Amino acid sequence: MTDHTERGMTIIVKTVTRLTIGFILLYGIYIALSGHVAPGGGFAGGVIVALSFVHIMLAFGKDVALKRLRSGVLRVAINAAALIFLYTVVVNFFGGGSFAHPIIKKIAGRLVFESEYIMPLCEMTMIGCGLFAIFVALVLASKADKNAE
Amino acid sequence: MVEIHLVLFFMIAAAFIAVEAKDLLSSVIAVGAVGIGLSMGFLILKAPDLAMMQLVVEILSLIILIRATIRKDIPFSPSGRWVFNTVSTLVFLAAFLGLAYVSLRHIPQFGDPIMRLSETYFRDGPAFTGARNVVAAISLNFRALDTMGEAVALFAAIVGILVIARKKARE
Repeated sequence: MTDHTERGMTIIVKTVTRLTIGFILLYGIYIALSGHVAPGGGFAGGVIVALSFVHIMLAFGKDVALKRLRSGVLRVAINAAALIFLYTVVVNFFGGGSFAHPIIKKIAGRLVFESEYIMPLCEMTMIGCGLFAIFVALVLASKADKNAE
Repeated sequence: MVEIHLVLFFMIAAAFIAVEAKDLLSSVIAVGAVGIGLSMGFLILKAPDLAMMQLVVEILSLIILIRATIRKDIPFSPSGRWVFNTVSTLVFLAAFLGLAYVSLRHIPQFGDPIMRLSETYFRDGPAFTGARNVVAAISLNFRALDTMGEAVALFAAIVGILVIARKKARE
């Protein structure tokens, strides 16, 4: 066996992970997108997405997981999702319902997204990437502790 | 209502095991059992949304606890001021139970379908907000800022943890 295959768990776990990881990711996205008609929502879907990446990391080791989702991509995704979320909520608050003055509604009304899908998607991206980043950071910190001892 | 009591006693027993176990791994597993029991309780109380969320969050926190923090065996010595500890625990328990008794007498009976306030949302919600159905109206229009506050709190937590842990990992 070469060096990079020895990291992580056994070959059985790696094969099963390779088969199931796409379905777990797809299930997370489905949970997030069907939140307005079924149990679920952006938060639960985001945690499932984070769990799928944690699954890759536990099975294949840190390097493979970070190669698939680099930390720069994580940072950009979290921040972009947060900004789009903020924009959607503010525009919906002023232009979506009957909360606002009609003039503001007319100006902002044309900017309203299909917020039933945009908001859960943004929440899913934020929470999925964020929880995975927390997991990576905690693992790296515990390794640094172990090396320092 | 027998099931909810069974689940509650299971959770209390698991919590006692989590506190009293000598091994840190057993303690973490018992904390996971408390979370799974909470998820079952949500399912019995007909809240599948919360049950699903509790289940996935519990799994993630269990993985983080086992994988990332289990190596540090924190020494914990229960010796010392046990009189003060016991007295303060009993005082706070009595205060909590007394206040809960006073305040719980004022809310409606559990399981009693009193729909004074929520009827309005059900009846006028979609027409008032222009959403497609009732759940979308409540979740995305009436509660949109609430959801955003939740997301902002989580965002701040993520940024804080990343800042602290990155500095530690870099050293």
